[in-house]
Amino acid sequence: MKSGLERILETLEGAKAPADMQNAIEALRDSFAVRHMVYHWVSAAGEQYGCGTYSAAWVARYLERDYLRIDPVVQGCMQHFQPVDWKRLDWSGKAQRAFQADAIAHGVGHQGFSVPIRGPNGQFALFTVSHDADDATWAAFERRNSRDLILIAHYFNSKALEFQPGRTPAPAQALSPREVDAMTLLAMGYSRAQVANSLSISEHTLRAYIESARLKLGALNTTHAVARAISRGLIVA
Amino acid sequence: MLRYMTQDELARRPGLRDTMFRDRAAQFSDRLGWAVAVDAAGLERDQYDALDPLYVLWDAGGDRHGGSRRFLPTTGRCMVNEHFAHLNGGAPVSSPVIWECTRFCLAPGAGPHVAAALMLAGGELLERQGLHHLLGVFDANMERIYRRIGASPQVLGSAGEGRDRISLGLWSLTRQARARVARRAGISPALSQLWYRRAFGAENSSLQPA
Repeated sequence: MKSGLERILETLEGAKAPADMQNAIEALRDSFAVRHMVYHWVSAAGEQYGCGTYSAAWVARYLERDYLRIDPVVQGCMQHFQPVDWKRLDWSGKAQRAFQADAIAHGVGHQGFSVPIRGPNGQFALFTVSHDADDATWAAFERRNSRDLILIAHYFNSKALEFQPGRTPAPAQALSPREVDAMTLLAMGYSRAQVANSLSISEHTLRAYIESARLKLGALNTTHAVARAISRGLIVA
Repeated sequence: MLRYMTQDELARRPGLRDTMFRDRAAQFSDRLGWAVAVDAAGLERDQYDALDPLYVLWDAGGDRHGGSRRFLPTTGRCMVNEHFAHLNGGAPVSSPVIWECTRFCLAPGAGPHVAAALMLAGGELLERQGLHHLLGVFDANMERIYRRIGASPQVLGSAGEGRDRISLGLWSLTRQARARVARRAGISPALSQLWYRRAFGAENSSLQPA
């Protein structure tokens, strides 16, 4: 039985256009029952691109005021790569306080959790969840969901990289015959024990094949690796 | 004590920062004879120090560094993929749940407990940042040290022979391995967690184990 989250991420994996990313982020926002969820790519030239659930008025205001220059979330996350709670950022400057008040007035929410993402060639993006909640409730939300949110952040980024105009696709790494066998059987719904048995190998050896296939595919976990192997035509399922 | 620091935080502790870069020069240039760049002040820094990495430092007191490691996410630019991909059959390793660690350095005279403490810090990051593995390159000598402190990596590939062998490996410290390393370091798990929380804050420090 697949969870709602897995279904949404599978849809995202199969996204063919940026509009599909927008649909996925709206579905995820509803599924996590938070005020907002945003994926935000900032290029070295300061161009911005992304998807999310902020109101059109707030997005327009952010661009018009050039808030990128002072936004403590963006500025703070550029220096780090570990996820950060907004309360740990420096909001003490006058411009930052005014920005925060403006954001709250536009319904962003006063709590936030942002995942910085570093991509190839110095690419930088942010994935943010924001909400209105007291500190204890928000801390509990982060504890419960951080791991999933980190993975979701990277799902969005790898999709965004695919849609980047003029990108050169990373050369696809061929899977070894044993890796193909293992992934194919997993895709057919076999358990690990059944796969190991079918291939006459130990579960320990199977784990090594799965792990190396996962790394070659740049996948986050086994489910993601199977989805990628199918969508790239490396296995038939 | 263990400190988890980024460039902006290191800038506020220049003594600690400079002894780290000086001890790195002593280890990688003087002792190991690697072709690393050492500046006029005797500090060893490379292009990856300019990419806002995360450092774990053993603070030996008196504003002095006792040992350190440097972390970067493998999704972005990192040393392993740009210089050591041949050890993995030419395949870059890129995953949000794998960070590379490089420049594992011990200050002259630092005891084996410092190496163990630095491994323990890696264990904290693995568990609390939701990582599956740490990725690193090591030589034959470090391989011995890792074995001695009970934290041997899974080797992905090697090149060279004997003393000159270098390898690429993955660490995923199990609970038992972490307990072993903590004993070696002489640090209680509670103290290690306190140091971690001091760096990353209570709100964001307690991801639940998967």
